[in-house]
Amino acid sequence: MSTSSGSPESWISSFCSLLGHEYFAEVSEEFIEDDFNLTGLQTQVAMYKEALEMILDVEPEDDDEDEEDEEEEDEDVSGDGHDGTALARDHHGERRHHSRIASDLSVIESSAEMLYGLIHQRFICSRTGIQLMSEKYELGHFGVCPRTNCNQTRTLPVGLSDIPGEDTVKLFCPSCLDVYVPPNSRFQTVDGAFFGRTFGALFLLTFPEYDLSKAGTETVTSLTRASPNDESGVMLNGVYTNNIAPGLGAGKIYEPRIYGFRVSELARSGPRMQWLRKKPTDITVLDEAKRFAEEHGGESEDDDESMNLNGQVAAATTSPSSQRRRVGGSNAKLRQQRQKQNGSPMAIETNGAESEL
Amino acid sequence: MDDFVSESDSEYASYWRDWFISSRGNEYFCEIDEDYLTDRFNLTGLNTEVQYYQYALDLVTDVFDLDCDDDMRETIEKSARHLYGLVHARYIVTTRGLAKMLDKYKKADFGKCPRVMCHSHPLLPMGLSDLPNMKPVKLYCARCEDIYNPKSSRHATIDGAYFGTSFHNIIFQVYPALIPAKSTERYVPRVYGFKVHAAAALVRWQNNQRDDMRRRLRKMEVDSGFKEGDDDIEGDEDDDLEEDEEIGIGEGGEAVVAGGVGGVAGHAGAIA
Ligand SMILES: [Zn+2]
Ligand SMILES: [Zn+2]
Repeated sequence: MSTSSGSPESWISSFCSLLGHEYFAEVSEEFIEDDFNLTGLQTQVAMYKEALEMILDVEPEDDDEDEEDEEEEDEDVSGDGHDGTALARDHHGERRHHSRIASDLSVIESSAEMLYGLIHQRFICSRTGIQLMSEKYELGHFGVCPRTNCNQTRTLPVGLSDIPGEDTVKLFCPSCLDVYVPPNSRFQTVDGAFFGRTFGALFLLTFPEYDLSKAGTETVTSLTRASPNDESGVMLNGVYTNNIAPGLGAGKIYEPRIYGFRVSELARSGPRMQWLRKKPTDITVLDEAKRFAEEHGGESEDDDESMNLNGQVAAATTSPSSQRRRVGGSNAKLRQQRQKQNGSPMAIETNGAESEL
Repeated sequence: MDDFVSESDSEYASYWRDWFISSRGNEYFCEIDEDYLTDRFNLTGLNTEVQYYQYALDLVTDVFDLDCDDDMRETIEKSARHLYGLVHARYIVTTRGLAKMLDKYKKADFGKCPRVMCHSHPLLPMGLSDLPNMKPVKLYCARCEDIYNPKSSRHATIDGAYFGTSFHNIIFQVYPALIPAKSTERYVPRVYGFKVHAAAALVRWQNNQRDDMRRRLRKMEVDSGFKEGDDDIEGDEDDDLEEDEEIGIGEGGEAVVAGGVGGVAGHAGAIA
């Protein structure tokens, strides 16, 4: 029976093809079936098990295929009786839908979407997931930066929070290092937590060779080292210098003018925000600024930040709560990934890293 | 402003201009007063810029009565739109023009800044050139002082010269009270809560640039325009972000889980 009608679209691919879901990658079943990846999600989603079965197109049942037809009739009555059964693959999603009580179904459906989103947040930071997202990036699925001086460079979907229900998905532009509201209102119902805070920056660290200055209509190319002296091959702070905010700096900062005359900084309506789009002409200054900050230890946000990080790391390793364990797990995964990539290019700033510079 | 309201409500309908400004894609234009259009002084030099200038002007002022074929009519129509745009650039820097554009600005007729940290601040149309056929219209955000591409393709092809390079700056000179408070709030890329070094180094450098500017302004006793509380130059602009982080992680698992459950409920509610 499951073979006769061909294989209808899976829940995952139909979810990803919905209007407004263009930014989502299709999470592999392999990833979902690894319990480790789902650690802590049980408590975050109502009707977790049913939701998970829905995502995986699993028909909950305890008999073998021959009796499926009759079984189907009974399901409404038997209710939760199938809860304890092993997960069996079945692509007849429609039939399963009929077999559930309508109100239940809508709860499960929205739980499934929530669960998928939370899994997605983790998946796109995994090796397979970030690879899939890079394919979508290359195809321009995430749109381009609205800032004129960024020349339509590709953006990445990000969340400003990892907690669902707080904010909608935003677009991070690697060219100006800023975040934007997606142009189409259909994205303004997509939860930002389904992409999370980490993906955008992790993407840049994972794929340091993408030429970030390429417009969305152009084919993505890699920064390559033509010769040892080639500027584009120089790395600074773990990033190719050409890829440090290519949309910022001289010539890419708006200069207000009235009848051709520049508006003075001293005017009440003069420019006050140019720092946001500035970049040192000599990019290596960023190394010196670093040393300067170290010498003048108490000066800036670094200290606060470090305390914050310490707090977080401590929480991640000592807390018994699943959420905290998740944070720890993610870090572990990150470390693992870093090891696989032979130490580069995960130049992440921590207390320890500061002293290395 | 009062004059404008009573005039646009009056019976003296300006057919062509009414049609023009209410056409889809022309949302950025305000209606130019008949008085302004009929004063030749205001149109100085445009006769060489616009094909069939007189017919175009007649069309714009609703006195067009030439009997001509459709092709000709279409050519004149095109010229009329071009003429309107060029006059528009001049009109919007007059007292009445500024007031009309201000009205549209307040209604966010030109859209809102796409930059998340600008919190939907309304935009103003602007040109990168005062000469026609050079650059399409862009949108200026007075909060981040940057320019953006219009979202819609029907706006993206409008000639920027119809708004010019000065209007969006003049309006804040004329109405200084409209200058939005500047904010140091910004996005800092992070991986699992950790700042990414390359971006963080640039952010620090930029923040130093900002602090230098604020010191310069303070020395000259010029208001820097930053929000109250943002005033401490030595202080940490990152406070807001870090507060978020403390709520998310610092305060422990319970807060996070509560947030998560709330999120689930909210989400389910939205779907149902
Ligand atoms: Zn950008
Ligand atoms: Zn803005």
